[in-house]
Amino acid sequence: MKKDTTSPAAFPQAEIGREMKGSDCVVECLIREGVDVIFAYPGGASQELHQSLARTDKIRTILPRHEQGGSFAAEGYARATGKVGVCMATSGPGATNLVSAIADAFMDSIPLVAITGQVFSKYIGKMAFQETDFYGMTLPIVKHSYLVMDAKDLPRIFKEAFYLARSGRPGPVVIDIPKDIQQAKFQPVYPATVEFRSTYATATFTAPDEQLKQVLALIAEAKRPVLYAGGGIVSAEAHTDLKAFAEKTNVPVATTLMGIGGFPETHPLSMQWFGMHGSAYGNWAVDQCDLLLCFGARFDDRITGDTNKFATHAKIVHIDIDASEHNKNKRVLLPIVSDIKPALVRLNELALAHKFTPPDTAAWHAQIATWKKETPFRYDESKHIVPQEAVAALYELTQGDAIIVTGVGQHQMWAAQFYRFDEPRRYISSLGLGAMGFGYPAAMGAKVACPDKQVIDIDGDGSFMMNIQELATAHIEKIAAKAMILNNQHLGMVVQWEDRFYGSVRGNTILGDETNVGSPDNLGGLYPDFVKVAEGFGVKGRRVHKKSELRAAIQEMLDHDGPFVLDVIVPYTEHVLPMIPAGKTVKDMILK
Amino acid sequence: MRHTISVLVENKFGVLARVSGMFSGRGFNIESLNVAPTHDAALSRITAVLKGDDASLELCIRQLRKLINVVEVVDFKEGQAVARELVLVKVRADVKSRPEVLQIADIFRAKIVNLSPDSLIIEATGDDEKITALLGLLDPFGVLELARTGRLALKR
Repeated sequence: MKKDTTSPAAFPQAEIGREMKGSDCVVECLIREGVDVIFAYPGGASQELHQSLARTDKIRTILPRHEQGGSFAAEGYARATGKVGVCMATSGPGATNLVSAIADAFMDSIPLVAITGQVFSKYIGKMAFQETDFYGMTLPIVKHSYLVMDAKDLPRIFKEAFYLARSGRPGPVVIDIPKDIQQAKFQPVYPATVEFRSTYATATFTAPDEQLKQVLALIAEAKRPVLYAGGGIVSAEAHTDLKAFAEKTNVPVATTLMGIGGFPETHPLSMQWFGMHGSAYGNWAVDQCDLLLCFGARFDDRITGDTNKFATHAKIVHIDIDASEHNKNKRVLLPIVSDIKPALVRLNELALAHKFTPPDTAAWHAQIATWKKETPFRYDESKHIVPQEAVAALYELTQGDAIIVTGVGQHQMWAAQFYRFDEPRRYISSLGLGAMGFGYPAAMGAKVACPDKQVIDIDGDGSFMMNIQELATAHIEKIAAKAMILNNQHLGMVVQWEDRFYGSVRGNTILGDETNVGSPDNLGGLYPDFVKVAEGFGVKGRRVHKKSELRAAIQEMLDHDGPFVLDVIVPYTEHVLPMIPAGKTVKDMILK
Repeated sequence: MRHTISVLVENKFGVLARVSGMFSGRGFNIESLNVAPTHDAALSRITAVLKGDDASLELCIRQLRKLINVVEVVDFKEGQAVARELVLVKVRADVKSRPEVLQIADIFRAKIVNLSPDSLIIEATGDDEKITALLGLLDPFGVLELARTGRLALKR
């Protein structure tokens, strides 16, 4: 652990601003942090802040139609760019509506700053109108948080908050600002740099050479090595270094869902992603490997299944910036505390300097090639459009060049299975928390961040409904985020578990009229009519149920210059396969 | 196993909640907890005694180190630290039983800090063993009220 010594020359002196209101100071702080867009829903306790935002043209303020939509949009923005996403809500119910996104950002290590209005200081703790202890409520799901009790602290707090959100292992930071603080007049002093008593907060973590040489030595003697690459690769912007390292050492790569695009999926060394619904070959390779190099991932239960039976033949190396992840879920041979970026840069340098020759792993590569050939991601053709086919068609028609955002459920897995991602930040999904309703608002956020890219929310009819009101935001704000709904009229993933483990008993998993369930064979039963709903919001839509019209419909969506809802009617009978049931092992993998 | 954790934190509101939340959120029961400022008024020391298995406590400590307001975390192994506790105990003692209570207090080098006709308050410091022994001996007289700091510890 080294202290991050920012040279004083790099920063100007602390700067004294003109006298202003607390709320104007907040906006000034946001501008200084380079914020160009904020997703904010006003209310009594945050109105001052909105008044100040109304007076600047440097920040685009987007009004979502629900605070949860706004906060997911801020996350979509952050995930698409790596920059800090910013959302804001009023006290009480406005604030509580941000909780899901904050928890989501915490689980997936996404840089997010959530600003909330709070009741007047003098009313705090008195059950005032729209009062909640938001600071207390969010303690377990934030990287850090602040309740501002003195307006003079605002510049320091904002500087710290943005620093913390984006540095180290990124995460969400909450800033709760009572209304009197927003109204207070004072002369702000903008600090030149951040200072913490904790050395951890500003530490940089780089692995010592001895440890990295050990990694290379382990690879040199491995017969069946595998690289297991996670979201750390993406957030550390280390994808090119990973590619160079994998090629140099000739080690096949399987990513996690968070790590998708951290290694190009069309690369010969790619085994796509592994875990519960990941590639069979990726899972087999991890199961059989004799050396597992885990870079920037955390041995999540959806990756490992039963940890005692996970990668039992392997020596495991775990490089992660967060020491608390080491030996948390799985005991490893060599835990290395390091930012993955400098670790990979140095590994590549060492490999070059020591003329590293990859071990002879021809047999291993041949085995993987056989697995890949025999057991790819696949689906059976049907007379109807099957959901997998819709994703595959989208991949073809976009030539792989789109940002794909998802809700949570079967469609989320199919999107990851049948779209191929060659670049990071192209598969945007709520993975750790698994928050339904994430898709469309996050797609809006990504589209705002990347207006020149196609941004498509591949969603389920259940998930899409959870934040459907954001179609209004897309229309009014002219955000051309597209939604492709794989509409099976059911909560598909839960139905799949019902079919596999609960004797197909439907426990509230049908979304329409249970006596007249819609399907490709019963168009009359489809509920709701998403095209009409979209139309009501002023958004163009199209329903497609005929296989022969699928491609034309997708093309129409892609060509449309504005938000679009493509309602793809699919049967509910498809299951996401492969599947390793929760807590089980690779040997229990369901392939059919 | 019983652990004594010493956490040096910034003296700010909410910090105790963050630290104790880290234990409670992982199912650790806090046996005792003490917080007070150090010689540096900007810092406080939290001393907590917890029961739990070593591995999960180690993870918990690593999580504590990540808290922005936490400056240092130490898990004292047996014998590494000097540990003491202070107790105030109000014991029933009338004219008849008072001499005996005073004698016990004297043997334990405890002080009498308040005296009333039918009770007295004893202040005692010591390690766990001593405090437990003292309280055991006072019990038959009738302990009316008890307040204790919980274990305090400093590295040798």
